[in-house]
Amino acid sequence: MRGEQYQSWGRFPRARHRVCRLWWRHEAREIGRLEGPLLAYGRGRSYGDVCLNDGGTVLDTRGLDRLACFDAGSGRLRCEAGVTLEELLRIFVPRGWFLPVVPGTKFVTLGGAIANDIHGKNHHRAGTFGCHVVQLELVRSSGERIVCTPERNAELFRATIGGLGLTGLITWAEIQLKPIPSRAIAVETIRFANLDEFFEISAQSDREFEYTVAWVDCAARGSSLGRGLFMRGNHADAGQRAPRQSRAIPIVFDFPQLVLNRWSMKLFNALYYRKQWPERKSTVVDFDSFFFPLDRLLDWNRIYGRRGLLQYQCVVPHGHDGRAVLRQLLETISAAGLFSFLAVLKVFGNLSSPGLMSFPRPGVTLALDFPAGPGVMALLARLDRVVAAAGGAVYPAKDARMAAADFQHFYPQWERLDALRDPKFSSSFWRRVTAPI
Amino acid sequence: MGAEKTLIFGATSAIAQQTARLLAARGAELFLVGRSADKLGAIAADLKVRGAAQVFARTADLDRASEHDAILDEAARRLGRIERVLIAHGVLGEQSAAERDFTQVERIFHTNCASTLSLLTRVAQRMSEQGSGTIAVITSVAADRGRPSNYVYGASKAAVSVFLQGLRARLHRRGVRVLELKPGPVDTPMTAHMEKSWAFSRPEVIAAGIVRAFDGRRDVVYLPWFWRWIMWGIRAMPDRIFNRLTL
Ligand SMILES: Cc1cc2nc3c(=O)[nH]c(=O)nc-3n(C[C@H](O)[C@H](O)[C@H](O)COP(=O)(O)OP(=O)(O)OC[C@H]3O[C@@H](n4cnc5c(N)ncnc54)[C@H](O)[C@@H]3O)c2cc1C
Ligand SMILES: NC(=O)c1ccc[n+]([C@@H]2O[C@H](COP(=O)([O-])OP(=O)(O)OC[C@H]3O[C@@H](n4cnc5c(N)ncnc54)[C@H](OP(=O)(O)O)[C@@H]3O)[C@@H](O)[C@H]2O)c1
Repeated sequence: MRGEQYQSWGRFPRARHRVCRLWWRHEAREIGRLEGPLLAYGRGRSYGDVCLNDGGTVLDTRGLDRLACFDAGSGRLRCEAGVTLEELLRIFVPRGWFLPVVPGTKFVTLGGAIANDIHGKNHHRAGTFGCHVVQLELVRSSGERIVCTPERNAELFRATIGGLGLTGLITWAEIQLKPIPSRAIAVETIRFANLDEFFEISAQSDREFEYTVAWVDCAARGSSLGRGLFMRGNHADAGQRAPRQSRAIPIVFDFPQLVLNRWSMKLFNALYYRKQWPERKSTVVDFDSFFFPLDRLLDWNRIYGRRGLLQYQCVVPHGHDGRAVLRQLLETISAAGLFSFLAVLKVFGNLSSPGLMSFPRPGVTLALDFPAGPGVMALLARLDRVVAAAGGAVYPAKDARMAAADFQHFYPQWERLDALRDPKFSSSFWRRVTAPI
Repeated sequence: MGAEKTLIFGATSAIAQQTARLLAARGAELFLVGRSADKLGAIAADLKVRGAAQVFARTADLDRASEHDAILDEAARRLGRIERVLIAHGVLGEQSAAERDFTQVERIFHTNCASTLSLLTRVAQRMSEQGSGTIAVITSVAADRGRPSNYVYGASKAAVSVFLQGLRARLHRRGVRVLELKPGPVDTPMTAHMEKSWAFSRPEVIAAGIVRAFDGRRDVVYLPWFWRWIMWGIRAMPDRIFNRLTL
């Protein structure tokens, strides 16, 4: 089988693979017989090339989607790594349990959530996904099956969380769910006029709200630089109800290039900011609309057309210079005249992850997306300089282009991961960022 | 919807697994039969977490018809009574090998046809005595017309199809329903080697159709529904034209 459909969410770069579909966890030991290099593939919701293995073999984990056991007393769930968060929410939300951490899309697998050590709107309270992993099984190309916990095979455990799929195949994992009183979220949306206001609202909200995130208008300049909408929420009390999200709409073709241009983006940003929002608005919404608004448009990446899209997510440390750095980043973007539809800001908390290579660290994170193109490449390289100078980092799960030197500067521990890597596993990303500098 | 008591042959099949998940979510009691203990163990655990009231499993190679009665006895004992049976096991075989070697034809017929007819004969007897029940068998659109690419497989399913027609008429009066499920191509291990085109469905989609068929009234169900019309067209095609096509 040709593996044309195994691309990443940004659809850039393109890759060609041999494909092995995995159907049973007990048969996974045989992966060592396949022609390498190998790499597990979840649902390809990474934007760049961490889930790609150009010229190698991808292990499609879709068939590893069985649940193994659930303790309704403690909320511990063990299941295979190809199960999607969408499915887990569908099964466990009606039973009063929620995932400890969710990203901006529910169409990711448990294995992918661990391998990128994903974070969500509750990072300031809960840390990363990896903080809630109790144990996992790793299958190596040697045929070994290794159960890893924070105590047992601890080094491999730490390397696998945020390990970008390089330590081997995760066949199953056990995670801790959290009890919720209802499926609704009580949300407040607050308009802020600039970055100082953002930091003020954020500090106050992080004390009172479990989930916080902000959208910024990255087309705004001057005194409105950093204006946007702050969203904060808590699980609503039992009995609170909200309408369910309507059925998802599929995007069935690639949009032509001209749909997304600087004018449509600028207009979108301006409208979004004005959007009927009063200074402050409170609502109760279903968790689906709060956490996964983009999932309503299936395959929305096709809006970016065939050339694909590039995401950029970085974190820069806190403090006064943190603000200055953020301002510098936003100024660099608006000066380039390249705008992002969805620019997202969030303050990360201090909880550290067990992951060796995890991206989140105390500071503020900014995420942007752009249609792929040469101008964007140059802009992102300029942003890298700012982030590097500030002692920040760029998120591998969303990267398709950072320079090897920058990666090695952001993640000096990469050589440790390389030492623990399964010798037969590799990825397009890894080959790119570990190239000699 | 009470606790549906369902016995599944070939429970490790991708289509059967997805069907069992839907039944489990409704709190069904399930008895699974398959060849591999490892696979059955993983599936049974999954179905329990998904909400099945009870899950029993038994390993058996269904090619051995001599064991069929013992399986049915055990299932009846565990479940109390057997309300529904789903026969899902099958092999695609290798058409090109079967063209050269009759033993391959025999093997395909043994699993898809003979073992199924053995199960049907025994289950029909029990349900007829019981005076109620539903028997469902997964055949295939391939049974509708022999095509060069898979006529051996198609013929093994077509024999079952005709058997089911007669059985349905015979058991109609006894209050027993006989259901035939005819999927088009499905993305499962059986078709893992094939390039996936528009024609392929996901096993989840087929499973949802199977559960609807159990609940519904139609006795011969194409899955998804549009295959009914495609196959109608293919059956109606004159030989002159059909023989020139590469299907
Ligand atoms: C709309 C959208 C919003 C997003 N929002 C967020 C967000 O808020 N926070 C955040 O952190 N991320 C976010 N992401 C990124 C996404 O959560 C991660 O990229 C996630 O890891 C994707 O999971 P996946 O199952 O698709 O894995 P893939 O993208 O297929 O793979 C990701 C990595 O996991 C590895 N992997 C997958 N399965 C296994 C396995 N079984 N064993 C070993 N390694 C494995 C792969 O090798 C690869 O390195 C978002 C993505 C999208 C498209
Ligand atoms: N996939 C398609 O395109 C398609 C289309 C139309 C109809 N169908 C029919 O759908 C049914 C299910 O197939 P599937 O697509 O779900 O494929 P599958 O996952 O490969 O399932 C086939 C199953 O049959 C089992 N089996 C084969 N021989 C057996 C035997 N002697 N004893 C016990 N079990 C045996 C296999 O068991 P093991 O797991 O132990 O190997 C396997 O679980 C089959 O009847 C098939 O003919 C499939």
